[in-house]
Amino acid sequence: MTGESAPDLKIPVPRGPVPVAPPPRPRNTVELTIDGRSVAVPEGATLLEAARQLGIDTPTLCYLENLTPVNVCRICVVEVENSRTLVPACSRKVEPGMVVKTDSERVRLSRRMVLELLASSVDVSTAPQFQDYMARYGATPERFGPPAPPAAAGERDAARPGHHHAPHGADAATVHQPVKVDNDLYVRDYSKCIVCYKCVEACGTDAQNTFAIAVAGRGFDARISTEFDVPLTDSACVYCGNCIGVCPTGALMFKSEHDMRQAGTWDETRQTATDTICAYCGVGCTLTVHVQDEKIVKVTSPLDHDVTHGHLCIKGRFGWEFVNQRE
Amino acid sequence: MGGGTSSYREIEETDVILLWGSNARETHPIFFHHVLKGLHNGARMYAVDPRKTSSAHWAARHLPLHVGTDVALANAVAREILAAGLENRDFIAHATSGFEDFARHVQPYTLDYAAEVTGVPAEVIREMAHAYARADRAQLCWTLGITEHHNAVDNVRSLINLSLLTGHVGRWGSGVCPLRGQNNVQGGGDMGALPDRLPGVQHVENDELRAKFEQAWGCTIPPKKGWHLSGMFEAMERGDLTALYVIGENPANSEADQHHAIHLLENLEILVVQDMLLTATAELADVVLPAAAGWCESEGTVTNSERRVQRVRRALPPPAGVRDDIEILLELARRMGKDLGNPTAEELWNELRSLSPVHAGMSYARLEELNGIQWPCYDESHPGESYLHGRLWERPVLGPRAPFACVDHRLPFEELSPEFPIRLTTGRRLDSYNTGVQTGHFASPLRRGETIDLHPADARRLGVAEGETVRIVSARGAVLAPVLLDEGLRPGLAFMTFHFPDQVATNELTVDAKDPQSGTSEFKAAAVRIEPVGRSLVTAEAEVAAPVSV
Repeated sequence: MTGESAPDLKIPVPRGPVPVAPPPRPRNTVELTIDGRSVAVPEGATLLEAARQLGIDTPTLCYLENLTPVNVCRICVVEVENSRTLVPACSRKVEPGMVVKTDSERVRLSRRMVLELLASSVDVSTAPQFQDYMARYGATPERFGPPAPPAAAGERDAARPGHHHAPHGADAATVHQPVKVDNDLYVRDYSKCIVCYKCVEACGTDAQNTFAIAVAGRGFDARISTEFDVPLTDSACVYCGNCIGVCPTGALMFKSEHDMRQAGTWDETRQTATDTICAYCGVGCTLTVHVQDEKIVKVTSPLDHDVTHGHLCIKGRFGWEFVNQRE
Repeated sequence: MGGGTSSYREIEETDVILLWGSNARETHPIFFHHVLKGLHNGARMYAVDPRKTSSAHWAARHLPLHVGTDVALANAVAREILAAGLENRDFIAHATSGFEDFARHVQPYTLDYAAEVTGVPAEVIREMAHAYARADRAQLCWTLGITEHHNAVDNVRSLINLSLLTGHVGRWGSGVCPLRGQNNVQGGGDMGALPDRLPGVQHVENDELRAKFEQAWGCTIPPKKGWHLSGMFEAMERGDLTALYVIGENPANSEADQHHAIHLLENLEILVVQDMLLTATAELADVVLPAAAGWCESEGTVTNSERRVQRVRRALPPPAGVRDDIEILLELARRMGKDLGNPTAEELWNELRSLSPVHAGMSYARLEELNGIQWPCYDESHPGESYLHGRLWERPVLGPRAPFACVDHRLPFEELSPEFPIRLTTGRRLDSYNTGVQTGHFASPLRRGETIDLHPADARRLGVAEGETVRIVSARGAVLAPVLLDEGLRPGLAFMTFHFPDQVATNELTVDAKDPQSGTSEFKAAAVRIEPVGRSLVTAEAEVAAPVSV
């Protein structure tokens, strides 16, 4: 009860005009050519948005609608006429008269190479989208040789810049290492991490603003780390799980899902996903409830919802256990 | 009609945010994401809270007022705005009433007086007043720090005064926003679960409105408003209320002065509890009706703090023998001799739409398509309204003018004394919720159980260390809890939650002094003393099990 305005609460307030948001700043239209077709988009749009407007499916790994592009994966690169290098479509703004090729041999080769380098060093077994891209571009990561043996627990976290041995070339260097399980809500399996920065962005200014994780190390030693590599339980982490929500490879995973996969019981063909509203505070976050065999197995949120933009808090993301425990 | 006047999106595009009596960072985390976007977009935030919370850490200024001095602060802000000539004279003249009286009324609330009463330095109050008044757009948000007081309605009125004084209401990006503590507090009230309202927030004492419902339902509706929750407990005390049917609420743990509340519940002739879990209240009940988990085992709608009506859907079936709330109510009606048929949730919603003009345009299909709709939504071509009270800016003003309220500072009901020198305030933590009925079941790495949070200076004075168990005594009861040190508190201020009633019954301490208008208890301000226990927990618990005489 706010006890506001109307002096006599028994009288209904009359209907007023429909409020409207201030109109967006008017923007010029920019015309450009993509794959031989001309397209007009608002000034400030990206090449990715322009390509999507033409129905061109550009692969992305580190890009997500609710995050700021960081341009690290280079899978979305396209060829721009008169540009020496390929450019990342996810963040390159359109310019009048640009001539862009999204599927030239040069683009395909570059994308294939990115996929091969990543897949030769990272476990992509829980990244279906990544596997689709590999098929699309004919990536053959095995050409770099058999994968090197995994690192011991903590070994990669202890790597310091400059302390390197030259590779012997007989096998493919990998980031394989034991999975980190240090709490009951989620696991970090950095054998599957392509260092796309999405989790760092979601933990940072794009959503959660907790800053529990960042990229540590350089080059092949680059990795996602808490401060001083402390366990998650000693870090600033507040277990919102928004990093899991944006992870494209399953490196970050609900413990519920991880345990079921380990036990061989995870079966997405037997799962339903239903949108409902969180039972806790009055913000009204949409929860997508994933159910298998009449048990909740995980909760996510749609990216395109004005309330959550795909992000939740610990209660919405994990506070459903009581439903499964009822008998 | 009560409801947040603005949308979450608007706080991303506002210039000044007053977060008053709210730790939204922990209690409304996803709303706070919108606040953070606003801050990243350049908004300046002032946090008014006795504690330096994780929300206050994001503020440009934290105003650590003494518990229960909100009206003094708000009136001083108003006086300063007037003294500096920063009020919105056009808006005041055009859309408000009672301004002259209000301007006179706040005259005694000088900055120096407010600084004395609230403990907030005068120059900080002045800065907030000027920033709020000068902003093109400003949002004033509050939570239970405002409403869980014996003068809750006065607190709210004093804040609304500020929005009227500056014209920060009824425009894009400017508004007042009470954040709802529970997922359907807004919707429950909108649907008539208030003692004075019929569905669609239509007043039961308005003959015309009541006749509309009587005709639709084919029955007679009592023409006078009923009791709110606290009123019911008073009626139990008087013996006027002897039968209670509780749906989805746990008053045995959640009421202030818990010992007394449980006593009243035990003395009822019949207590029926309908809940999804066997709560402490259900354990007292004569009849328990096991209910489905509304949010994931039922169909229906809930309404959030921006008035957005959204669909809840059945994601899984309830356990065997457990029924949906609607099904239980219909069956109960049948057993009482009235067959209401077997309407679906959607059919019931459509009936509501036929009776509530502000929900009329919200078909299930549209709710689905638009990701929910914000009331009012008068017909199926109406988009819903992102902010309320745009009518106040129409010329001439549409409907009644918005009145200023002359309210005065009154200290919390329970004053500090040599016997009870510490102010105990209560709240929530990020990973837990209310009495812990739902959140107690998941393995939160953040959970550390109940604590009594003290400022390090108080702990030193009492000679207790972090982790040490102490006895917390109020005029109503005593509990034991381990100490947690929090620099964000001030000396003389302690903090507890009520998330772990089985471990620590915090509400045995709280005071059931109620706001006469809203019926809300003053959970935020009890007077306590803290005693070192200095012995093993087991011995101390055995002692506390016996009633404490004070």
